[in-house]
Amino acid sequence: MENWSRERLIEELKKKESENQDLQQKLEKREEDVQAILAKLIQDPTNHHIIPDKHQHPLNHREVARYSRQLILPEFGPEGQRKLSSTSVLIVGCGGLGCPAAIYLAAAGVGRLGLIDYDTVELNNLHRQILHTEGRVGVAKAVSVALSVKALNSHVELVPYEVALTSQVALIIISKYDIVLDCTDNVATRYLLNDACVLGNKPLVSGSALRYEGQLTVYHHNGGPCFRCLHPKPPPPETVTNCSDGGVLGVVPGMIGCLQALEAIKLASGLGTPLSQKLLLFDALQGTFRTVKLRGGKSDCEVCGETPTITKLIDYEQFCGAAATDKEKGVQLLEADKRVTVKEYQDVRMKETPHLLIDVRLPVELEICALTNCINIPLKQLGKPNSIAVIEEKLSSVRTKSIYCVCRRGNDSQLAVKQLESTLSEHGCQIKDIIGGLTAWANKIDPTLPVY
Amino acid sequence: MKVRLEFRGGAELLVNGVTQHTLDLDDNNNKWTVARLLTWIRDNLIQERPELFLQGESVRPGILVLINDTDWELLGELDYQLVENDNVLFISTLHGG
Ligand SMILES: [Zn+2]
Repeated sequence: MENWSRERLIEELKKKESENQDLQQKLEKREEDVQAILAKLIQDPTNHHIIPDKHQHPLNHREVARYSRQLILPEFGPEGQRKLSSTSVLIVGCGGLGCPAAIYLAAAGVGRLGLIDYDTVELNNLHRQILHTEGRVGVAKAVSVALSVKALNSHVELVPYEVALTSQVALIIISKYDIVLDCTDNVATRYLLNDACVLGNKPLVSGSALRYEGQLTVYHHNGGPCFRCLHPKPPPPETVTNCSDGGVLGVVPGMIGCLQALEAIKLASGLGTPLSQKLLLFDALQGTFRTVKLRGGKSDCEVCGETPTITKLIDYEQFCGAAATDKEKGVQLLEADKRVTVKEYQDVRMKETPHLLIDVRLPVELEICALTNCINIPLKQLGKPNSIAVIEEKLSSVRTKSIYCVCRRGNDSQLAVKQLESTLSEHGCQIKDIIGGLTAWANKIDPTLPVY
Repeated sequence: MKVRLEFRGGAELLVNGVTQHTLDLDDNNNKWTVARLLTWIRDNLIQERPELFLQGESVRPGILVLINDTDWELLGELDYQLVENDNVLFISTLHGG
């Protein structure tokens, strides 16, 4: 190309530009096609939004017998029951919040339940995701919840969606429901669901839980705020903890999920006062519920305000700088020569090469499982003077300058290497981390080591 | 002037895991606005990484501030003047499920 004349180059450029334009047009056409196909695909079996108007019909004998204990509540009564049975509720996330929410809504006699989850059941879900069973490990969560719900109440119409809630499908699915429950586990999906509910004009019953605390509120209802009114900007990703890292006591999402079902029943039947413009805080350790007063909808909110700038769904993973999942993602912070595989580290142990193994997890995690001959210094303590003193003493007693850091999955151990490289810089140590941590060790070297 | 601080929803991790703090603020000369309180907390209570508590003048995205169980947005946010026995709650929004 370097021999081409200027004219030839310009001609070539024009040709490429026109090709580019053609491709662009084809791509746009493709996207329209995809949208049309998705719209068809996601139509639920009944393909109607409003459930046949059961309002007008008296309850039949079966319904009267089944729901009698709530029918005799004066504020709820047959009218409330009829309204509930003509209401459709979409549950996004079939986990610790979605399971109790789904089962109570079904038990109460909701008309239709949509159940969204792209994930499959894992053994470590069962302590809190109580509608799944040991026999259904590996089964799609949406299907598993539908099976359990059907066993309790076969008259509820169930629509499982084995898809991830994305900007492409959210509005189409939500348009088919009256009320939406946010039972998700990550920030990106929470912003997505909020914007979709504002654009689709549906109330959003939002629950969340972590460790020993839960939170609950109803967004975009009756002049109350949406999630963006409270949080115009997403939190820094490093400040967000998920259940798999932070832990959660199963009863806590259980409590909040039940309350989400309650709020949905209130919205559907007109009972009581919905938790709009209020935030309920549950503290399991203190045994307290506390309801605080929130701001109303903000006139300058980017999505529900007077002049919204968000008028269609955006890329939420990009907006939040975090993936729309609570699954662990491996990070690569160190160059390859500062990392060893579990096989390489096994060699070090077999040959009894002098070295120091530092496990940087929390003490409670070492109680679950640990390698022999390690010392435990949690990542947060690693830079402290007494920790450095312990390491220096160990290094001289073992007569080595070789340090290996290990953690649960191989992320924190890399941070540990970086930390030690700066605090031990004068010692000329060789500091490495073990790729994949104890999880990889259990998978490849020692299957008797429990994985958590 | 006695003021009670609470940190919840994980925000307590910024203050060494301690959820409740009772302060006795000296108010001889200057009024205590929330803005002044935030700076005081950053300088006196936050152990490490102050940017995870304060960004610019205000709290970082993801933390809600409630004064006597009411959203500070309804009370003037940074300009609110603290009075005796006020309870200021910093709550980090949870996302797990
Ligand atoms: Zn809003």
